[in-house]
Amino acid sequence: MNYQVNEKGYYGNFGGAYIPEMLVPNVEELRENYLKIIYSDSFQKEFNDLLRDYVGRPSPLYLATRLSEHYQTNVYLKREDLNHTGAHKINNTIGQVLLAKRLGKTRIIAETGAGQHGVATATVCALMGLECIVYMGEVDIQRQAPNVARMKLLGAKVVPATCGSKTLKDATNEAIRDWINNPVNTHYIIGSVVGPHPYPDMVARFQSVISEEIKMQLTEKIKRDHPDYVIACVGGGSNAAGAFYHFLDNEKVKLIAVEAAGKGVYSGHSAATMVLGKPGIIHGSKTMLMQTDDGQITEPYSISAGLDYPGVGPIHANLFETGRAAFVNATDEEALKAVFLLCKLEGIIPALESAHALAHLEKLKAKKNEIVVVNLSGRGDKDLATYIEKMQ
Amino acid sequence: MITMENRIERVFREKKNNILSVYFTAGFPELNSTNVVIDELRKAGADMIEIGIPFSDPLADGPVIQHSSEVALKNGMSLKLLFEQLKKQSTFIPPAGQAGNQQPAILLMGYLNPILQFGVENFCKEAKECGIDGVIIPDLPLQEYLHEYKPIFDKYGILNIFLITPQTSDERIRLIDSHSKGFIYMVSSSSTTGIKAGINTTQEGYFRRIKKLKLKTPLMIGFGISDRNSFAKACEFANGAIIGSGFIKALEKGTDLKTGISNFIKSIK
Ligand SMILES: Cc1ncc(COP(=O)(O)O)c(C=O)c1O
Repeated sequence: MNYQVNEKGYYGNFGGAYIPEMLVPNVEELRENYLKIIYSDSFQKEFNDLLRDYVGRPSPLYLATRLSEHYQTNVYLKREDLNHTGAHKINNTIGQVLLAKRLGKTRIIAETGAGQHGVATATVCALMGLECIVYMGEVDIQRQAPNVARMKLLGAKVVPATCGSKTLKDATNEAIRDWINNPVNTHYIIGSVVGPHPYPDMVARFQSVISEEIKMQLTEKIKRDHPDYVIACVGGGSNAAGAFYHFLDNEKVKLIAVEAAGKGVYSGHSAATMVLGKPGIIHGSKTMLMQTDDGQITEPYSISAGLDYPGVGPIHANLFETGRAAFVNATDEEALKAVFLLCKLEGIIPALESAHALAHLEKLKAKKNEIVVVNLSGRGDKDLATYIEKMQ
Repeated sequence: MITMENRIERVFREKKNNILSVYFTAGFPELNSTNVVIDELRKAGADMIEIGIPFSDPLADGPVIQHSSEVALKNGMSLKLLFEQLKKQSTFIPPAGQAGNQQPAILLMGYLNPILQFGVENFCKEAKECGIDGVIIPDLPLQEYLHEYKPIFDKYGILNIFLITPQTSDERIRLIDSHSKGFIYMVSSSSTTGIKAGINTTQEGYFRRIKKLKLKTPLMIGFGISDRNSFAKACEFANGAIIGSGFIKALEKGTDLKTGISNFIKSIK
């Protein structure tokens, strides 16, 4: 089975580029050039140098001994929370900003949910001296205030998205509309493995450094090049795609993707796309989508702004359909429990998104000798207000 | 089955210029305004009517049409209900070919997802029964259309209208022209709907460039056409023009839908 994108831009039945004609020249320009540029020597050198010296890669693979003891197995945390700006998102924004420069673009736009992608985009734009506009849902602006301040400090303009549920989906709509209105000088840095081809493939390649390192680090530590399980949370699915990437063809590795169940999968306040969705089209690709019978996109809910999305990247829709990855979910409450447990046992404050992946350890029941890697996609500074409120 | 001439093709055969096409969103401003608006537009002399299928996430639309879609959905509009409304309406729109000039061509304009959920074949079948002549689906790309959907649309005689923009290459315009029937929707500027008003000299340069290509398919200019001046200007370069956001704004204002519509059309032609 091949889990990569085919030449037409599809992962099995999912993907493609369902875009209005206004976006065709931009998306075609990317499609024709992205692989050529990414695999050129000069790009690779600049990309890898920045990942090492600016982002701080490789990120550690940490054996969480007390957490392992708690769950009676071997839990390794892939510490994407230790990256510059505090999440995996910067792996992708460094890649895309270098690409944008090579395409001669001078203006960068992005959408953001939790604000981590917005901060990572604002950061690389400051680094490269490019104008930066970030669209963010009004609800998210409120619940992720520290990241809004960070983006502004870094020189980005934060534009509220005021339509729909005022969250990630709506911010993405506004970013796409901006791109339609500014087709010549602007590059749209999408923050996850979503959007029209070639975005899902391009973002997955930039994030694949996560599993590349896991492979090397495990070999170094325990002389095995793969774990038994990789667990990652899924909003659009970029940290999961990166953590799964180099294990996709090794069927010995069980891949587990954790979606946000919000207040309960069937509560009407959930973002568990694989359970609640059907194939449909969102933001330019065919994928699993939460929608009404009439084909209207429904408004998702999760305590975690980064997982509050009614779709999922087409690569994951295919991993779901083929059964290559298991798609499970964790509620707000389960995620919060996992936050407090990690704080207590390991002295690490995880992001709410990453806590959904951690929460699955409760249900996993891995064996004593098995190796479990959890992708700790980000740190929890941005969620402190929520944690303080829930602590009492 | 009697094959009747598609009304879009008839419009362009009978009229070479100043063709007026008007867009409105089904179920706006009221759930049951759909047929009233169609009937008034017909009486007022619109050559073509584009009925918008409201969608929760209209990516190519600016605030005015976003708002009308939101209101229509809140009013309870759905594709299923729209077809039910249109079936009632066919009693006062005689079948094509009988009533001559005053019969406007009718198109549906909407995003792909609601159509996919309805089922593409089912959609075409229902559309045909309601006397729909064509569709505009902005997020259905040319290649996907050709590979997956063209045979279905052809079977029901429904024309699929493609868009071109100032950024579309001549090569791609020729490709689109070769696959087009009815007309090509020439987007006047690089923008979402209802953003840039009027027509400036840059746009005129683009219109001239397209005119020189001598395409086989007629051209209609849309986006930014909202009044007599912009309509007349657009008609210098194309067979006609399309008014969308401008008309939606008028519907919003109008206390009496009927006089509002007839006054608006009078103010254009
Ligand atoms: C820390 C963190 N993890 C995960 C996500 C979810 O995104 P993705 O599924 O693309 O990794 C986000 C998004 O904002 C995030 O900030």
